[in-house]
Amino acid sequence: MSEYVLEMDGIVKEFPGVRALKGVQLHVRPGTAHALMGENGAGKSTLMKCLIGIYHRTSGSIRLKGKEVDFQTPNEALHNGISMIHQELSPVPERTVAQNVWLGREPYKHGHIDHKRMQRDTVSLFQEMDLQIDPNEKMGNLTVAQMQMIEICKAVSYHPDVMVLDEPTSSLTEGEVAHLFEIIRKLKKQGCALIYISHKMDEIFQICDEMTTLRDGEYVGHDLAAETNVDALITRMVGREVSNLFPKVECTIGETVFRVEGLTSGKQVKNVSFELKKGEILGFAGLVGAGRTETVETIFGIRHRDAGRIFKDGQEIQIKTPEDAIRNRLALLTEDRRGNGIVGIRSIVENTVLAHLKAYGLPLNHKKMRADTEHYVAAMNTKTPSIDQPIMYLSGGNQQKVLIGRWLLTDPDVLIVDEPTRGIDVGAKSEIHALLTRLAGEGKAIVMISSELPEVMGMSDRIIAMYEGAVSGEVLRGTPEWDSEHIMALCHGQKG
Amino acid sequence: MNLKTLKKAVGQNSIWLVLLAMCAVLTLSTRTFLTAQNFMNILTTESIIGIIAVGVMWCILSKGIDLSPGSVVALTSCISASLAQQYAYGASRLFPNLPDLPVIAAVLAALAAGTLIGVINGLLIAYTRIPAFIATLGTQLIARALAQLYTNAYPIPELKPEFKSIAQYNLFGAIPMVVVLFILFAAASGYMLTQTRFGSSIYAIGGNDQAARVAGINVEKNLIKVYTWCAFCAATGGILLAARSGAGNSSVGLNYELDAIAAATVGGTSHTGGVCRISGVIAGILILGVLKNGMMLLKISPYLQQVFKGMIIIAAVVFDMRKNAKKN
Repeated sequence: MSEYVLEMDGIVKEFPGVRALKGVQLHVRPGTAHALMGENGAGKSTLMKCLIGIYHRTSGSIRLKGKEVDFQTPNEALHNGISMIHQELSPVPERTVAQNVWLGREPYKHGHIDHKRMQRDTVSLFQEMDLQIDPNEKMGNLTVAQMQMIEICKAVSYHPDVMVLDEPTSSLTEGEVAHLFEIIRKLKKQGCALIYISHKMDEIFQICDEMTTLRDGEYVGHDLAAETNVDALITRMVGREVSNLFPKVECTIGETVFRVEGLTSGKQVKNVSFELKKGEILGFAGLVGAGRTETVETIFGIRHRDAGRIFKDGQEIQIKTPEDAIRNRLALLTEDRRGNGIVGIRSIVENTVLAHLKAYGLPLNHKKMRADTEHYVAAMNTKTPSIDQPIMYLSGGNQQKVLIGRWLLTDPDVLIVDEPTRGIDVGAKSEIHALLTRLAGEGKAIVMISSELPEVMGMSDRIIAMYEGAVSGEVLRGTPEWDSEHIMALCHGQKG
Repeated sequence: MNLKTLKKAVGQNSIWLVLLAMCAVLTLSTRTFLTAQNFMNILTTESIIGIIAVGVMWCILSKGIDLSPGSVVALTSCISASLAQQYAYGASRLFPNLPDLPVIAAVLAALAAGTLIGVINGLLIAYTRIPAFIATLGTQLIARALAQLYTNAYPIPELKPEFKSIAQYNLFGAIPMVVVLFILFAAASGYMLTQTRFGSSIYAIGGNDQAARVAGINVEKNLIKVYTWCAFCAATGGILLAARSGAGNSSVGLNYELDAIAAATVGGTSHTGGVCRISGVIAGILILGVLKNGMMLLKISPYLQQVFKGMIIIAAVVFDMRKNAKKN
């Protein structure tokens, strides 16, 4: 018997014209969490898809508990001890939690579904996982974080030997992450092996025992967590030194350009006031659900404003729709890139000019559209074979760059960015950080929402913390309060 | 031109190749297919459906649908005919006391009534957020019933020659006006699609309406425009049908919307929204027209024709989806 529960060797996967994996290896020990590292496009997801049978490898061997396997479908993999929790969840929102957990394998009694048993099994599963969710709640009423937990419970209920987690914490708050880690530790104790894909270094070092790194479809190394560190790993991943993740440059901060007074929208935004100066990066810290996204959506006219006034350059402005906001030189890079950012099926050109169509006259000046797009593709270092490519075929980081280009094209005075680097690889992330800093230097006023405290602290000149829809505190860089514990306390509604 | 661009050009225009192949087969198997007269016949027969198709494709592009055009055709055929009956027909007219109106009044009244149905469709879909299928199913029933109430379900004959010439006049003595108007409407739709802010906005709304909204596009206003344009096209079709057949009738236009939707769909307009090309839609109209014409020439049973038509529609969508799936 091998010391590994899963051994993947010499995995090659070819797509027409592309060699996505060039002989990759991954060896996972039972009872450990194994981080799979690499930038977006390094081949992590492809490797996992080859493992669970979404893709079929061109060559190479996979041994599960010493036995050669070749799964044809994810279902086959699931029933043979490998389950995967995908980054994009696929719940059935109109059905209950219990129905979602047992979907496709409902317990039967006398030819019909045994609802009582389903209920019982769900309760005991949730107890085991220490999860307080009503099995009869409609799935659609849960938060993304809760859905994620349920997805994990569902995977656990198959008693897998290997569980793959793809970016499981991207929508979780710190408390929820802690809960997830508890579950992972429990699973490790039970002998389950976990393959953990994440861009968040601190998490990886908290929970993982070993790491395998890929770069451009190649295996570049294996490390034990105890014997390496963040900098070494990042260097391995990108093949170059990323000296500083947060290249904060002090810029001259000018007069106030934007002011919000008493903004209120339903129960999500309660009496929020703040002001923003030229050249300033104002960070919004808070837990998921603290009302930060709702605040900026209300400012931008996406969400209905019940009360509050908005001023720009000292004048009160009326914003009822995003159209009004754009006319007043505001820009909002939204949190939900797929949901209300990209128009996936349309080209990079069309996505770039979307907020700026008024500038192209009648008939539309296609030549100028293409020139503007080329300009931002080059300026943002967006990687794409052609600007006519539908944007959905780009990686998340490159999609984000196109969207930033879309907003810069409107030449905004106030740029609001909501989780601008979520789910984006390290390289693109630091490029976006550098860009935001440069824009501030050029005199733009920037609002940045981020759930990653190091990011928001690294980038901002000032931080506003929100808790349950209201501002819970404000901290200025360089003051004694500029301290992660203090800011975290504010985010939890405690006056530090 | 290298192989790659050639491949791309072929891929984008594969529907025209299908049309060419069909024409080739029919040319070889019949003596009458490849004649100017037959070609003009196909165009003339398909032009009214064609005008409706270049309207309804906008609804599909915006991720909606319009089921009312067939009824709008009936309503506008009746309204235009009722106002364009010959004065000499006297007491037998639908409105015996109507003064001798100019033809343009009949046309404008019908266009206004038909377009109003479109405005209502647009308002319902944009502001009540009910599915377009339901909203336009409702107006389909209502518009048809209005046409029947208006005429008591009697046909309206004896139309003025000037009115009939709207459809029957031959430009340069060879090209029927219906064909000219079809070309004009297709050109207008194509121009709006690719050369105006309106077209770009509808592509974005169809692809992702939330993203379009955040990017400052007024989704509601644009949707109203889409359904208004679609109904305007259908109203034009209704007037042309009355002028061509020489009578208004509340029972005409049945299932025209389905033929138009079929043509747009065969032409590559995606029902998941955001994808549509005018050249494809024109090819779609011609494919269905050539199919109908060819089978008639080959003396194939009209019932069997419907079977082939159904198969082509399904095959077109399957092909389209496979093409997109491959890219993923």
